[in-house]
Amino acid sequence: MARKPAEAKTPQATPAKTAPARRTAARPNVSRDELLQYYRDMLLIRRFEEKAGQLYGMGLIGGFCHLYIGQEAVVVGLEAASKEGDKRVTSYRDHGHMLACGMDARGVMAELTGREGGYSKGKGGSMHMFSREKHFYGGHGIVGAQVPLGAGLAFADKYLGNDNVTFTYFGDGASNQGQVYETYNMAELWELPVIFVIENNQYAMGTSMKRSTRSTTLYGRGEAFGIPGEQVDGMDVLAVKAAGEKAVAHCRAGKGPYILEVMTYRYRGHSMSDPAKYRTREEVQKMRDERDPIEHVRELLLQGKHASEDDLKAIDKEIKDIVNDSAEFAKESPEPALDELWTDIYADELPQENA
Amino acid sequence: MATEILMPALSPTMEEGTLAKWLVKQGDTVKSGDILAEIETDKATMEFEAVDEGILGKILIEEGTQGVKVNTPIAVLVEEGENADDISVPASAKSASEPESEKPAEQSEAPAASAVEAVSTPEPDLSPDWPEGTAMKTMTVREALREAMSEEMERDETVFLMGEEVGEYQGAYKISQGLLDKFGPRRVVDTPITEHGFAGIGVGASWGGLRPIVEFMTFNFAMQAVDQIINSAAKTLYMSGGQMGSPIVFRGPNGAAARVAAQHSQDYAAWYAQIPGLKVVMPYTAADAKGLLKTAIRDNNPVIFLENEILYGRSFEVPDLPDFTIPFGKAKVARAGKDVTIVSFGIGMAHALEAADKLAGDGIEAEVIDLRTLRPIDYATVIASVRKTNRCVTVEEGFPVASIGNHLSAHIMENAFDYLDAPVINCTGKDVPMPYAANLEKHALITVSEVVEAVKKVTYR
Repeated sequence: MARKPAEAKTPQATPAKTAPARRTAARPNVSRDELLQYYRDMLLIRRFEEKAGQLYGMGLIGGFCHLYIGQEAVVVGLEAASKEGDKRVTSYRDHGHMLACGMDARGVMAELTGREGGYSKGKGGSMHMFSREKHFYGGHGIVGAQVPLGAGLAFADKYLGNDNVTFTYFGDGASNQGQVYETYNMAELWELPVIFVIENNQYAMGTSMKRSTRSTTLYGRGEAFGIPGEQVDGMDVLAVKAAGEKAVAHCRAGKGPYILEVMTYRYRGHSMSDPAKYRTREEVQKMRDERDPIEHVRELLLQGKHASEDDLKAIDKEIKDIVNDSAEFAKESPEPALDELWTDIYADELPQENA
Repeated sequence: MATEILMPALSPTMEEGTLAKWLVKQGDTVKSGDILAEIETDKATMEFEAVDEGILGKILIEEGTQGVKVNTPIAVLVEEGENADDISVPASAKSASEPESEKPAEQSEAPAASAVEAVSTPEPDLSPDWPEGTAMKTMTVREALREAMSEEMERDETVFLMGEEVGEYQGAYKISQGLLDKFGPRRVVDTPITEHGFAGIGVGASWGGLRPIVEFMTFNFAMQAVDQIINSAAKTLYMSGGQMGSPIVFRGPNGAAARVAAQHSQDYAAWYAQIPGLKVVMPYTAADAKGLLKTAIRDNNPVIFLENEILYGRSFEVPDLPDFTIPFGKAKVARAGKDVTIVSFGIGMAHALEAADKLAGDGIEAEVIDLRTLRPIDYATVIASVRKTNRCVTVEEGFPVASIGNHLSAHIMENAFDYLDAPVINCTGKDVPMPYAANLEKHALITVSEVVEAVKKVTYR
């Protein structure tokens, strides 16, 4: 297919270019076990998403399906900085967040196929899942809507006097929604313990950041409200974790919100029906070849002699089994009973109270 | 082991497409994410990526082939050492038809619940709202609302009030007067002018263990927040499969005040009443305002509580009870009668009751029903009354198209058609944006004489 030359040379700043200092500066001490855990967690997301793409292609998953492939280091790094009780809320590109916070692959996959065994009993789909147990508050389909919701969760924690923080994820696209700035203003005004995580994958659907704003950074927009922030290399799980720890410490100390603009990249289209004509194949391939977050950890493990090829193969196998099992479960799980149509519209008892 | 590569569905509606171009050839090693082919549909051309790793053993569908059905094997991936020629390929027709068997059962299985429900009409609950002989006190609607919030905030530490000017200013309409002094800034939270944002923060807080009361200075401004009210508050319980409820009250004045023109004068009753997942309350009297607001704050679902600026200063008798509530979904027969049923709610009740007084002078005894809540709606009381009077007029301030009255008319037609001696008439506001000029405004609103006229029409007087 012919491409416009202008598109071909649109140099999407690679994370390495935009945040060169972070990659080397933020190198926390990390144990072998932790490193292996990040490898495993990221690989689970990738293999899960590949499988989801496959099931979509087979017609087993319907509607919208937004894959997280390429962005794995963001959630895995930030989950590594969280503690029990912390909350998370995100957009519709949410499968990775759910797996990273420990939600069950079977339940997520079965929700994608719209089955009874899914987290929302098949009534929410890819974009709408929740877990009281893992403090995961969705999966939101309206771009930017999760931002005030996340601040509201943080408002509740502050009101109740605990030290939990809320990770509120949104993309570079959502960053242009007005409610984000309404929320920044109140979050800083009320010193809410919320970490705004901008997953800057550089494309809002098909619109590159360059074509949607003259702002050079997104975290910098917090300055107008007095919110500190920084840009982070989102292809390096250790850099993400280090930045996450800093942000968490800020929030837990009662100093109010913090913004992390995590520079990342999605390898796949915006959703499954993405013609991918807004960026070049070479751009995507270059990112995969040079900056892949999973390869990065794999190299660290092998070079540091923390793991052998065989060890990693065993992990690959283990992950593949989990993913295949989830796919089998998602195919076998029955569709919801028809009377489910009429349930869960009103609550007699408050479900989250029994969490 | 060989893996078949199937023709992908690039959208939920795609059934077939053209395999426009192969970007790999037989013998190529492919890994996950590599672009294999370009697929064309009537909507777009898309790139098709590999999911599995392997060697492209065999291309089964040549490029340029049109009308390739989704899920037809188009190529075979083999592992090193495998011979592609040894691979037997199942009949593509069989493979392509597989997903059909996965399809959900026929839609005709869907229960026709609303039609079924419609046939059986439950007995109306006509029990009194408070025991006979209860001591009463006179209060304005404003005082009743304030007392309800104050009592509930004392009762439950997780209840808090947020909104514009609710604290230091003492409330734009003085509903929250004194609450800041009593409960402090932690529980009476002044917000910036930012409805979309604080409505969303309220919903998030309701998920996080609190029971927010979000005051909109008027419901006109809630238009900025309507996405959070509907998409986040009303739908989350359902979307979460029952895991996450939103116990939150959105309240504030709704409808026309006086001479504030089009953007500040609109009745949203019918809008919100349309949304499954919301509860919608629109009280008329101070007793109902108090009893229903307390119920709203205790309810485990998002409640839209529609007040009225003109009614704030009106006084009514309120029972002097320590813990007085009114349940949702229970209409009140505000005046008994036998000749016609007038159904209304909110400030419409003022017109309905005044019309009933006038009609009594003409020898027409109107039964006036105050719905009080619009979701749930008390159909039973309305139907029972219409079966008795055989005539019905609805009264509301909102626009005529898709009004609450329209909905009731349909319900009455379905459930009491044989009892009707005349068509139901809906008295509503006029189908115009609210004008500013005093004379025009008066004509845009529903009037008592219009209600009287409608009743005379359905009673053939």
